[in-house]
Amino acid sequence: MELPQKQHSLAWRKFKRNRTGLFGSVLILIYLMTALLAPVIFPRNPSSLNLMKSLERPSIENPLGTDELGRSILGRIIYGSRVSLLIAIGVVAVGLLVGVPLGLISGYYGGKVDFGIQRVTDTMLAFPGFLLALALVAVLGVGLKNTIISVGISMVPIYIRLVRGCTLLVREQTYVEAARAVGTRDAMILLRHILPNVLVPIVIQTSLGMGTAILFAAGLGFLGIGVQPPTPEWGAMLGSGRAYLFNAPHVATFPGIAIFFAVLGFNLSGDGLRDVLDPRFKI
Amino acid sequence: MLQYIIKRLLSTIPVLLGISLLLFFMLRMLPGDPAQVLAGQMASPEDVNMIRHQLGLDRPIIIQYGLFLSRLARFDLGRSARTQNPVIKEIWARLPNTVLLAVAAITLACLFGIPAGIFSAVRPYTWIDYLFTSMALFGISMPVFWLGLMLVVIFSVILHWLPAGGTGSWKHIVLPSFTLAAFVVAFITRMTRASMIEALSQDYTTTARSKGLREEVVIVKHALRNALIPIVTVVGLQFGLLLGGAVLTETVFAWPGLGRLIVDSILARDYPVIQGTILIFGLVYILVNLGVDVMYAFIDPRIRYD
Repeated sequence: MELPQKQHSLAWRKFKRNRTGLFGSVLILIYLMTALLAPVIFPRNPSSLNLMKSLERPSIENPLGTDELGRSILGRIIYGSRVSLLIAIGVVAVGLLVGVPLGLISGYYGGKVDFGIQRVTDTMLAFPGFLLALALVAVLGVGLKNTIISVGISMVPIYIRLVRGCTLLVREQTYVEAARAVGTRDAMILLRHILPNVLVPIVIQTSLGMGTAILFAAGLGFLGIGVQPPTPEWGAMLGSGRAYLFNAPHVATFPGIAIFFAVLGFNLSGDGLRDVLDPRFKI
Repeated sequence: MLQYIIKRLLSTIPVLLGISLLLFFMLRMLPGDPAQVLAGQMASPEDVNMIRHQLGLDRPIIIQYGLFLSRLARFDLGRSARTQNPVIKEIWARLPNTVLLAVAAITLACLFGIPAGIFSAVRPYTWIDYLFTSMALFGISMPVFWLGLMLVVIFSVILHWLPAGGTGSWKHIVLPSFTLAAFVVAFITRMTRASMIEALSQDYTTTARSKGLREEVVIVKHALRNALIPIVTVVGLQFGLLLGGAVLTETVFAWPGLGRLIVDSILARDYPVIQGTILIFGLVYILVNLGVDVMYAFIDPRIRYD
């Protein structure tokens, strides 16, 4: 629901008291800063090879050790945050741009349009999200762009369902009826009256969706069908570390911790936002 | 009941048709000639032509789709471009492994998740509740493949208790099923907690307590019975998540299941196998959710499907 100015500050005060939500936001902020300041924090090239130093354990020179090609794991995790955040933003952008308009139209118009959109959504939901992304990668191919598109499309049905459900509720409100009665165009009603009132669940879903996006993309990277080397990507780092579990377990350890805290950050913020903005959904 | 099951089965037809359309257009969306793709890169022009004719790719698209459907109905999914074996045979050989892994994992997840949720709900906002809810949150945020790798490091590399991968004995399934269970236990714990808190605040719980029943009886027989529906629903839905997680877990532990098959096929661009595996995954998911719907009637006698 759209919040007037007073409620905005109230919501912010409530969020500040929500310690776990705040902790999540701090985590996200740390990742954001790391991504933005990567060249300052780690001035070396994260992809430069040094086979003399392959699979070294953590040391002062390389605090998290080196991988099989002698590259600094710390450096690759720092630069990997750029890739993961880019994926998270790209994925929810695809989900939002496709899912929100379809959900609005489906819920507002009903009838045949709704029926058609919902059957397509049913089909997409017949596949668990990760498998849908996997199937799309099989068609589109590997790489950063295709990872974003595939994972993004796999999230579209979730947004469609969510927005449609909320639109069905809002559509019946008196102010929508009033707008229709004075002859406001449908597009205007959708944009000015319905969209602002379904924003809260969308914002919550977007925070949770970013966490899922990072997990999915890392999963694809781990399987070798996501972002391709030499781009530093956390999932792919784990995938290559798998071969050295016995003699150099640190290679597979640290990138996983990076993924974990990033996803935790988005999940905690999403939960916090939900508690503050929409107490009905509190679990 | 039988009528309901039949009705519910019929209602899956549109979704199945949707899946078939998706699979049908999957190959057409690929750049290049589908016959060439199906035959593989090494195939001779004669082979490609033969496949084109066999699959009716030289005929109008609507007839092609009809042929595709009729083959699908007979579970004729074509041959693998890699091994030349019928796709259905490849899938059949691996399906039991994935089912075994998934069932072991979901059982473990329920054995831990439901009691954890109940404990949290009975003592909300105490240390035990915070412990279980934070464990659940950790479980949701943890990459399943990373957890698997870390379990290998601890139990195989350092302690030498369990094998790092493969199949053969009961020991081989311990790590993969724990890994996969951790993936879904969080959702089951959260849902159990939420629906138990709701059930415990209802009038019938108060009545049961005021009758002087023991607290355990109130929790298990009165509250849990009523809280089970959303829990079962979530277990059914998580089964889908589990199939996705199986792809990753099977890769970590070199477990020869469907997940491994689909990844290998994607890497080898073996499209008939990719199509077939996706179809089977979709079917399993639909059947599990159908099973969940039918179970409702057993759990809650008020639900009758007329």
